[in-house]
Amino acid sequence: MIIEIGHYALVLSLAVALIVGVVPVIGARRRDTAMMALAPLGSLVLFGLVGISFAVLTWAYAVSDFSVKNVWENSHSLMPLIYKYSGVWGNHEGSMLLWLLILVFFSALIAVFGRNLPDTLKANVLGVQAWISIAFLLFILLTSNPFLRLDPAPAEGQDLNPILQDLGLAIHPPLLYLGYVGFSVSFSFAVAALIGGRIDAAWARWVRPWTLAAWTFLTAGIAMGSYWAYYELGWGGWWFWDPVENASFMPWLAGTALLHSSLVMEKREALKIWTVLLAIMTFSLSLLGTFLVRSGVLTSVHAFATDPGRGIFILCILAVFIGGAFALFAWRAPMLKAGGLFAPISREGALVLNNLILTVATATVLTGTLYPLVLETLTGEKISVGAPFFNMTFGLLMLPLLIAVPFGPLLAWKRGDFLGALQRLYLVAGLALVAGLAFYYAENGGPVMAVAGLALGFWGMFGALADLWYRANFGKAKFSVAWSRLKGLPRSAFGTALAHFGLGITVLGVVAVTTFETETVVELKQGMTAEAGGYSIIFDGMREAVGPNFTEERGHFTISRGGVTVADVWSSKRLYTARRMPTTEAGIVTFGLSQLYVSLGDPMEGGGIVVRVWWKPFILCIWGGALVMMIGGFVSLSDRRLRVGAPTRRVKAVKAALEAAE
Amino acid sequence: MTRKQKRLTIIAGGMSFIIAAVLLVMFAFSQSVAYFYMPADIATTDIAPGTRIRLGGLVAEGSVKRGGGSTVSFTVTDGSGSVPVSYTGILPDLFREGQGVVTEGAFDAATHSFVADTVLAKHDENYMPKEVADRLKEQGVWKEGEGISQ
Repeated sequence: MIIEIGHYALVLSLAVALIVGVVPVIGARRRDTAMMALAPLGSLVLFGLVGISFAVLTWAYAVSDFSVKNVWENSHSLMPLIYKYSGVWGNHEGSMLLWLLILVFFSALIAVFGRNLPDTLKANVLGVQAWISIAFLLFILLTSNPFLRLDPAPAEGQDLNPILQDLGLAIHPPLLYLGYVGFSVSFSFAVAALIGGRIDAAWARWVRPWTLAAWTFLTAGIAMGSYWAYYELGWGGWWFWDPVENASFMPWLAGTALLHSSLVMEKREALKIWTVLLAIMTFSLSLLGTFLVRSGVLTSVHAFATDPGRGIFILCILAVFIGGAFALFAWRAPMLKAGGLFAPISREGALVLNNLILTVATATVLTGTLYPLVLETLTGEKISVGAPFFNMTFGLLMLPLLIAVPFGPLLAWKRGDFLGALQRLYLVAGLALVAGLAFYYAENGGPVMAVAGLALGFWGMFGALADLWYRANFGKAKFSVAWSRLKGLPRSAFGTALAHFGLGITVLGVVAVTTFETETVVELKQGMTAEAGGYSIIFDGMREAVGPNFTEERGHFTISRGGVTVADVWSSKRLYTARRMPTTEAGIVTFGLSQLYVSLGDPMEGGGIVVRVWWKPFILCIWGGALVMMIGGFVSLSDRRLRVGAPTRRVKAVKAALEAAE
Repeated sequence: MTRKQKRLTIIAGGMSFIIAAVLLVMFAFSQSVAYFYMPADIATTDIAPGTRIRLGGLVAEGSVKRGGGSTVSFTVTDGSGSVPVSYTGILPDLFREGQGVVTEGAFDAATHSFVADTVLAKHDENYMPKEVADRLKEQGVWKEGEGISQ
């Protein structure tokens, strides 16, 4: 019965979405306030209904109701409770429901926080959000219904894919979707602006917090996914340029560009048409990513089941939304007036450069990701485009951007002083080079090019600090004056500096790991030792163990440095009983920012076992940098200026000012 | 600079960057794309030693031999041809005899055997990489719904 309530709520939400998608949009054309007022209310109801449906599915997983086909396929009564909960989205149907839940969640947020929006814009935005909801509701109900029943109900489930039985599954998809789907808001705003035919700086100010929030979550989601793949898959890699990874990385790149271009639009009213186009492209890439991951055209841990019907359905959604949005853009964009002019060397110019490089890099990743699919469709030839392609193209294209990052914030709007900025950054460049050299000698060895790479990382970090330093006027003004200026800087300035600082940390981590990483593959018998990163890893022997739904062979390793034991770690090979699926659980020991990664291979004749040991110097910088970027995003989100235009707050502020004046 | 010149500078700069990127992409494609072959193709196609390719098929039953250290040799077959492969490193968890695999590497000039540096067994619950399954289906060796049972 409860299951049917969930199913029914989903059908009902389709009806509600149809209303929200049609009535307010017509209302916006006719300036009918009553019709437009349906949008916020309907969006909240929609969120409530999808929420009920999601809660019901979660309940079915929690109580292991195997009469539900989806639960039977992806759960097991012995599975730990946390995985039962996260298993809700550890499968195709459930993950699409999560996608939808987050989509309507954002609609509800716009309904709640969008009080300051003009009625017509709000009605159109929520209308467009509802169109997307309709498409995905139809997709779920027609091709991927999680509420289908089995009769008779099986006694035991088939278990969740063991790779997904991890805390990562509880965190990674929700974060990723918050980012991925969050860009739908920017998309809806762009389409609504095109429908309304009006766009100005205020529009950019309304969109930017949403873009920023989506970007922040996507940053966190991608970093989390990367770390999860790193420790779970047992290959020691943190980024594979797998099409599925690219699917989430492309919206991130485009979203980063959007974040910067909407800044120009907000401050200078320039780049309007470009920003709208970018907003459409960003969400289109999110949709494309959903298609790549969910349609089964690719094989990966993310492609749960391959059903051609679903692929074609998503392809249709893709065609309608991307095609429709671009058609609308082509029709209406010429009506938008171009904005302010600026010199090539200026803050705007720097942000244009940022956009140029980021979009070209996105296009490159897109080409590498889709080329094999296109070629196979056209000629039947099967090729693979792997990491070397992306490293060469993406890596080289990013280089000028990384060099340019510290310059941007130091240039003035409209007309910047490049030589002035250069003078201010001489010291930063010198310090970065020294730090790079010091780092290189501390690690003793590696190619000399590494110094340049390391210096580039430090350049980004120091450049971000220099930005704050010069803004607060340190070195020129008295310390106390500069300090109070620093404290008075808007939060968004700190957000920018943090995000750029984080980028530098990530670059540093990537360079350090790629250059100084060591990998050792040895056959070890009990008591034998392997060496990595200056540590000795002693193999103490194997032991068998039994987990709730798996059995495992675990090896124990004692790690010592200079004869002193510093740590010990288990590394194991598991066999999940229900699916008879083996997995490798790597043993990972952290020393500061570096890690030792011990992975077990096959047992050999004569009692030995193949062991793979990686030394990953400063690997935590890669995700640490992303974490700092994320914090930067949140700090910037908390900036009051982003909420300028919110009448309720402005009233309060005015009142406060009046009271103070009295 | 006049307005026109400013705009031209920006456009020219942007275009040259895009052209550079396109050339880079084309160069990278020519350098790093690996074509996919099955053992049956190997007999009919002339592949120069040293060219990176992907070789996919089934791991022949009884062919997996572990040499000294971590070197493993096995045979990849598709029913109509077979190619011996050697690989140094740790095999993926899902690697097993009689099931699908994709290896990446090149033919050795001296021994004419295939030396793989990557072995992928990244596939769905049917234990079959997509490329391999597609081809085996074409050849009628493997049919839909005939997943490897335990």
